[in-house]
Amino acid sequence: MAYVLNEEQSMLKDSAKEFLKNNAPVAQLRQLRDDNDSKGYNESTWQQMVEMGWTALTIPEEYEGMNFGYLGLGQILEESGRTLTSSPLLSSVAMATAAINIAGSDAQKKDYLKRLSHGEITATLAIDETARHNPNVIKSSLQSQNGSFLLNGTKVFVPDANISDFIIVSCIDASGNDSMVILDSKSDGITITREHLMDYRNYGTVELNNVKVSSDQILANANKHTIERTLDVARVAVAAELYGSSVEAFERSVAYLKERKQFGVELATFQGLQHRCAIMFCELELAQSAVLNALNAIDRGDEDIRLAASTAKAKVCKVAQLVSNEGVQLFGGIGMTDDEEIGFFLKRARVGMAMLGDYNFHLDRFAVLNGY
Amino acid sequence: MATTDTVTFKSEVRDFIEANCPEALRKPVKKFEDYFWGGKKSAGGTDEQIKWFNAMKERGWTVPHWPKEYGGGGLSAEENKIFLNEMAKAGARKPLFSFGISMLGPALLKFGNEAQKKEHLTKIANGEIWWCQGYSEPGAGSDLAALQTRAEDKGDHYLVNGQKVWTSYADKADWIFCLVRTDPNAPKHSGISFLLIDMESEGVSTRPIKLISGKSPFCETFFDNVKVPKENLVGQENMGWSIATFLLTHERSMIGGIGDTDVKQALHDFALGQMGSDDNGKLADPLLRKEIAEIELDARTLDMTIQRSLEEAKSGKPIGARSSFFKYAYTEINKRRYEAMVAAAGVNGLGWEGEKYNDGAVAKQFCRTKGNSIEGGTSEVQLNIIAKRILHLRGKKQENGIRT
Repeated sequence: MAYVLNEEQSMLKDSAKEFLKNNAPVAQLRQLRDDNDSKGYNESTWQQMVEMGWTALTIPEEYEGMNFGYLGLGQILEESGRTLTSSPLLSSVAMATAAINIAGSDAQKKDYLKRLSHGEITATLAIDETARHNPNVIKSSLQSQNGSFLLNGTKVFVPDANISDFIIVSCIDASGNDSMVILDSKSDGITITREHLMDYRNYGTVELNNVKVSSDQILANANKHTIERTLDVARVAVAAELYGSSVEAFERSVAYLKERKQFGVELATFQGLQHRCAIMFCELELAQSAVLNALNAIDRGDEDIRLAASTAKAKVCKVAQLVSNEGVQLFGGIGMTDDEEIGFFLKRARVGMAMLGDYNFHLDRFAVLNGY
Repeated sequence: MATTDTVTFKSEVRDFIEANCPEALRKPVKKFEDYFWGGKKSAGGTDEQIKWFNAMKERGWTVPHWPKEYGGGGLSAEENKIFLNEMAKAGARKPLFSFGISMLGPALLKFGNEAQKKEHLTKIANGEIWWCQGYSEPGAGSDLAALQTRAEDKGDHYLVNGQKVWTSYADKADWIFCLVRTDPNAPKHSGISFLLIDMESEGVSTRPIKLISGKSPFCETFFDNVKVPKENLVGQENMGWSIATFLLTHERSMIGGIGDTDVKQALHDFALGQMGSDDNGKLADPLLRKEIAEIELDARTLDMTIQRSLEEAKSGKPIGARSSFFKYAYTEINKRRYEAMVAAAGVNGLGWEGEKYNDGAVAKQFCRTKGNSIEGGTSEVQLNIIAKRILHLRGKKQENGIRT
């Protein structure tokens, strides 16, 4: 059974749904926005997530994790997508943890994974250097200097850069090869500017100006292949969350059609609207399978997860666009207002769609991987 | 979980296919006619088809998951999955193609009495009788329950009068399973019965309908004072609608590709063969390349969803109204596939006659796919079902019990 959750995974999903609904609903994100909160996320909610063990899910037991797998983490991401919860789940638990899992040495795993597992630290992944995702462009580079290195470059669209303890940066090493280094975000030479994007979550531009890097900060097994694999795990995580947001936006739209009356009847009685909802249902069914398939590919340890990842991200991007647009449209006038939450889903969808490769990026990658 | 038994079974199936399936039957089928049909009116089949069919029939593997007492292979769900996987891996064709297997069989297994199962299922499994379906009527298409074909109770038999349409391959069928009205005064869903009728009965006649594809897979079938023995009623009188919907669900799953293990030609290979590549080695038309990628991406996610649904069914979540989703998704993707093929082939995709155009294979199949989203319930009907039965989008019940 690859597509059906087992009992533990179902229980995890149910408890995550319950917790997030009660503790971190969309109203929390609105409040953070309205308060112009300096952290951009709720620390006590995050602490509770740590206590529930969510940070340990994908970390092997030898590094004090739970080794529960990505299908499990995917369920939590889906649920946090439903509530649009702002937290380091995506940046730290999914992305940075994957980088160390995939490219770290045993010593690096002992050092970082243990602390990540217990929620003592958070980390993020800095990849993009251009406005549109293009991981082949890496200008950030390491230069040798007296047995250590200096790192220079600029990273953009880094999730949670402003609140992470560590930043994992893709770069070109002194020999000209693709690499990744892990930096303490408080190090000299790092300037982090918080960026306010459409979805009110945390992002930063990270400027690296002669940042000192010792050799033990270079992820031991980082290379073109492990960077790509890290990215693919991260893309699947983004897809899982974005799928959750899409399902929620869809269900809210359907519920609204059953309540709202015009011409003396519920909007739900109009076939023109029924068919649009039915088409969205079909698209979401396909997207859900693509996400589950990709999460399974990671857990199975498939050597090549590229096709699974791009299939999932491409399909979810397309569906997220459809469902978020239809959501605002189906809510009508009220859908245009800031008071109604459906607009939050539209905004989050656009950011999630752009993260780590949009529809066109992944459709083209799907085509190339298939030999088209 | 791979147990010793399943591993043994897997190699048994593999060896059997290796030993018995002729090379010629390990190529993708282009049309239904490439299968062996069986039945009294079939052309008889090629030597290879008959050899393969007989070998499979011997094992009960024309219907591997049916009980042995009705001519099946008696395979468990797990074994059946292994069986289908091995068939797909070997590229082996189904040995027998019939609506008896895919449509009537499941209904008889669920609603038929012992005598009916013994009589009809065995003959389906053995390829003796070929069945067709009598559902739609000129005045009852999407609104199927409006059907008017009458079956009057005449004591020991029914007297059937009326007309069916879109009866697939009725001109090649030996028997027809029909929806008939047994109570004209009841509300329309409550007066329908499910009858099995021998096409050789006096008063049955059938006529092919020529389609835009130039072919005639569908017929009109007429019933003029046809006597049908009472023993041919399946289930209870006036309770036929529930059998009809059960069967439609099966039909939609079938059209929706569930259980479809046959190999299809890759769309991109076809297009590349037609138009060649550009200087970068990519398909000469970049926009068509994008279109093909989109179609294959959707097809891939549909395959995943079919797999998911099989696993869900196994763990106790029946497919139910979601069969409408599969029917809708599969047929819409298939139409896009043929649009892309016609576009890729240029004038060669438009040729209707002549060797140069392979007798219009692409053009005719393109026309044929337009029926995919009409037969078995239109795409619009499927969307209605999804909206109403899955999403519950309809008016609230008023005090008088009528929905707005």
